[in-house]
Amino acid sequence: MMDFFLGWWQYEFMRYAFFAILLIMPLFALLGTMVVNNGMAFFSDALGHSSLTGVGVGIILGMSNYKPAMVIFAVVFALLMNKIRHSRLSSTDTVIGVFSSCGVALGLIFMSYKGSFSRYQSLLIGDILSVTRDELVVLAVILPVVALLWVVCFNRFHSISISPELAGSRGIPVRLLDNLFVAVVAVVVMLAIHWVGLLIITAMLILPAAAARHVAKNTRSYLLTALAFGLFSGFFGLWLSYSISVAAGPAIVLISAILYFATFIVREKR
Amino acid sequence: MAACGLHCLKIKHITVAIGDNVLIRDINMHAHCGELTAIIGCNGAGKSTLLKAILGELAHTGSVEFSGHDGAPAEGLRIGYVPQSLKVDGGSPSTVYDMMASLVTKYPIFLPRRPKTVKYIKEHLNKFNAVGLLDKKLGQLSGGELQRVLLATATLPKPDLLVLDEPVSGIDRAGMQLFYKLIVDLKSKLDMVIILVSHDLEFVRNNADHVLLINRGVEATGSAQKVFASAAFRREFPNADFSHKRG
Repeated sequence: MMDFFLGWWQYEFMRYAFFAILLIMPLFALLGTMVVNNGMAFFSDALGHSSLTGVGVGIILGMSNYKPAMVIFAVVFALLMNKIRHSRLSSTDTVIGVFSSCGVALGLIFMSYKGSFSRYQSLLIGDILSVTRDELVVLAVILPVVALLWVVCFNRFHSISISPELAGSRGIPVRLLDNLFVAVVAVVVMLAIHWVGLLIITAMLILPAAAARHVAKNTRSYLLTALAFGLFSGFFGLWLSYSISVAAGPAIVLISAILYFATFIVREKR
Repeated sequence: MAACGLHCLKIKHITVAIGDNVLIRDINMHAHCGELTAIIGCNGAGKSTLLKAILGELAHTGSVEFSGHDGAPAEGLRIGYVPQSLKVDGGSPSTVYDMMASLVTKYPIFLPRRPKTVKYIKEHLNKFNAVGLLDKKLGQLSGGELQRVLLATATLPKPDLLVLDEPVSGIDRAGMQLFYKLIVDLKSKLDMVIILVSHDLEFVRNNADHVLLINRGVEATGSAQKVFASAAFRREFPNADFSHKRG
């Protein structure tokens, strides 16, 4: 019986995956609550797609480790997308659609340039079991940084999500904080995309928060519930993937989706 | 606190254009503390655009100056703003407390509440008949409740300039009357410049000290009586009849 529940612990890659989830799901939950509040699900999705271009740029530049290129490109991409989003010349969904498809097209062109596309297919579906010790260290640094950012800036992020005009009238630097937020989302999405995959990264980002919204009484319980849902989906999904030999990322997303629909029913019955 | 009448907001030659589209052109206005200045005009006349320019939300040419008792520019102008609506949907978990606390304190609202902040906000909401709304979600407030909460938020702490963008719809008559009563009370009690974009011409006629009628540019300006008697007013509001009413 113990082996059924804890047998996975004997494998190093499973232990690494466990710690990765322990670090990344809280990150996603924190960012996801604000992504959902701001209606930025597709914005994050476009960011995920831009990772293809980031990899492509890295390949063209001949970089053996293309992750820094991905992160830098994603931050630039996010800031540019944000600038045009606020220009009022186009509707937001059009801007996001344009950027998203450009990101994919550019990335595919760069990647297929030397016929090496198949090497990068793991970006599409990801593999959380491939997490290394060094990557865990990076995550262990990023999580407290984002948590600190949340302690310092959350009230202002919250005010902006309610009304940018109201926040601006109180002297809150709306555009600066908005750019800071999308840059942080860009960095976290890029760091996680290898383990989660760009096809489902948005789902992992927004589902715990979206489910938490159904049952939260206020912002405090919203964050705490999203955190709990994120961790529960992560651990349960990982265990499920080990137990029935399915991909971990989709299993986590599926658990989150079940939580989303279950909480939806709970809310409707209230 | 009585109004000193010496603080002044000077809006000079404000023009807002997005691309080739000029939204408002060369607007000038002076508003004094202790006075209610109303901006009126038809839909699409640029009223909200002018407010956003005053708030610095929209890029514009011209200047917005706030001067103190001695005529010198006042430092650290504190603005209270009541927006037309909020960017929250019915499913948003943000409560009235969350909104107000996130604007008045840096202590994160996701940590346990501090009794001092709760007391401070409750006492202020009480002045606006809204203390019972503290834990209500923003997306579940009625139009009238939301306006009272936004007015309470805008005046916490007391601003130098109160800017109100009145909602076009969604508030019942009783809710609107209560909202107006609170504005008139604020005007008499607090020392601040009040600028109101209003669609309620009767309220403006009876309560505004200064009226600005705009249609992209300034059509008429002055006392309510003067503006309501102007040819521009009759042109902009051909169906309004105030001939039998007294200010």
